[in-house]
Amino acid sequence: MEKFTRLTGIVAPLDRPNVDTDAIIPKQYLKSIKRSGFGPNAFDDWRYLDAGEPGIDNSTRRVNKDFILNQSPYDQSSILLARENFGCGSSREHAVWALTDFGFRVVIAPSFADIFFNNSFKNGLLPIALDAAVVDDLFKAVDGKKGYQLTVDLDQQKIITEDNNEIAFEVDEFRKYCLLNGLDDIGLTLQHADDIRTYEQRMKQVTPWLF
Amino acid sequence: MSAQTLYDKLFDAHVVRMEDDGTALLYIDRHLVHEVTSPQAFEGLRIAGRKPWRTDTALAVPDHNVPTSHRDQGIIDPVARTQVETLDANCREFGITEFAMDDIRQGIVHVIGPEQGATLPGMTLVCGDSHTATHGAFGTLAFGIGTSEVEHVLATQCLLQKKMKNMRVNIEGVLGAGVTAKDIVLAVIGKIGTAGGTGYAMEFAGSAIRKLSMEGRMTICNMAIEAGARVGLVAVDDTTIEFVKGRPYAPEGHLWDQAVSAWKQLVSDEDAVFDTEITIDAASIKPQVTWGTSPEMVVAVDDRVPDPAVEVDQVKSSGMQKALDYMGLSASMPVNEISIDKVFIGSCTNSRLEDLQQAAEVIKGRKVAANVKQALVVPGSGLIKQRAEELGLDKIFIAAGFEWRDPGCSMCLAMNADRLEPGERCASTSNRNFEGRQGQGGRTHLVSPAMAAAAAIAGHFVDVRNF
Repeated sequence: MEKFTRLTGIVAPLDRPNVDTDAIIPKQYLKSIKRSGFGPNAFDDWRYLDAGEPGIDNSTRRVNKDFILNQSPYDQSSILLARENFGCGSSREHAVWALTDFGFRVVIAPSFADIFFNNSFKNGLLPIALDAAVVDDLFKAVDGKKGYQLTVDLDQQKIITEDNNEIAFEVDEFRKYCLLNGLDDIGLTLQHADDIRTYEQRMKQVTPWLF
Repeated sequence: MSAQTLYDKLFDAHVVRMEDDGTALLYIDRHLVHEVTSPQAFEGLRIAGRKPWRTDTALAVPDHNVPTSHRDQGIIDPVARTQVETLDANCREFGITEFAMDDIRQGIVHVIGPEQGATLPGMTLVCGDSHTATHGAFGTLAFGIGTSEVEHVLATQCLLQKKMKNMRVNIEGVLGAGVTAKDIVLAVIGKIGTAGGTGYAMEFAGSAIRKLSMEGRMTICNMAIEAGARVGLVAVDDTTIEFVKGRPYAPEGHLWDQAVSAWKQLVSDEDAVFDTEITIDAASIKPQVTWGTSPEMVVAVDDRVPDPAVEVDQVKSSGMQKALDYMGLSASMPVNEISIDKVFIGSCTNSRLEDLQQAAEVIKGRKVAANVKQALVVPGSGLIKQRAEELGLDKIFIAAGFEWRDPGCSMCLAMNADRLEPGERCASTSNRNFEGRQGQGGRTHLVSPAMAAAAAIAGHFVDVRNF
């Protein structure tokens, strides 16, 4: 997994609540057996005016110029600003792969759906939940200046605005550790293989019908 | 020991080790696998040179991509075919049991687990699919995971998890005639919102839940995720145990007796404390119809489409307007004036025998309305299809003008050929009405099987209670 330490980037505003993972990456792209290549189809139904299918050349498609991620400089943004309950719906990790493949490393929203939130940390994407009022202020700041940038410092757990205001954020200790060091948590779990075997031996007595 | 909720009991019984920050290494008893969210996980194992920890806990089935007609011709779409063949190959390579496409036991992953007795009370059960909450109907700690976690379970038989908060939703009293489990869960989502259950394990309780069949309980737990809760639960009772008894993967003999006495403990203690608790009067629930692009956008069938202009919350109001624009509806129009183009009866929410029986009851001796271009029935598994045919349900549907299909996820998410065309409106027994969910530009209204059947006959939404 790619490490995440500190990042400065352009913020793209996506001003709608309940953005679901079907919207982030529509179902037809889930037929892929790879982890990469989803970026050009992130938000496909909003980003293009014609229907998309796997394997077609996206550069030949009709682009929806009104959609924020099709506008410069937001096509270069690495921070996505969204509203409540971001990433709800399907568990598809392809949604996270689509966002990272597009170039996002951070999503800021008042709240996230649980499965999306989990999936993000496994792929070096940092989801930051802030108070709805703070998110609202950020939307105003982004609307007020084209190409507005934020700096996100994971180690210090703070966001630094263009006028040097600092916004603190919460992150789970273990997830922070994994993200800062780019650690694969399967490897970490396998360090406890003996504990898993001990548990299995005990449960063979307690719930033998499960073994 | 202090009083515990059902969720607390299930969680605590599966903790392998606990970190100081409250992150638990949780043991997983059953892992259901399908073709869409597993290929990258198997590839990850191969790249790292890892083997599955325990292959006997995994059960695989292709469901999302499979065709529901002309199955003898195989899968026409080469990309979908590759994905299903990849599942077949991965199961062979890693020694995992798979019900392949030509197996009578093949079906929707959340239908076949309970049908086979692979879903048992007291288990932890995961699957790379958000509707895994379905299995909570058995007093099973079941939740959806992403592909990285699928790989983690395959490699370690465990997952890193923090404990969720506890919520209890009590449905008390007697449901009205024509009102079903689907209406209960839609009414709950309408009340608490699509994020109302985020961070919670949601236990459904109360006298109306106790009276439901296992099919009804599965429908309710299935949609806990649409209220934001990864986990839905119902306590174990005689209905649960009767359902499990004698199924292929269920324990037998003295192990059965031992299991049953353990399963009877799988209820929340009487004085257990929930972080949040709500109670709904069952008698107040009417048949529900969603009008928007999120499951929380739901009203009773005798109601009107809401007006964004009266919503004071700006973010909410603009969300409602976007939904109305997408759905091609106007504010304040009566729900029973919304006419439909297609009907879909199926999905992991409503494709079990009881669902098909409820729909057939409404349809019997009637015809699908002329304005309905297509009406599909997609049973949840090959065995359900077979049983329904023994009961003659297929003939009722076909005589009315429905298509009787082979099992799979089908038009719930339209990964296969079953889909809506842009602008088409569907009465659907599935679980999500998101933009484009049933096909790009398609418009989904979520309803119960009985309500979908009534809409198919009337050509528009209609109150099944007066039908």
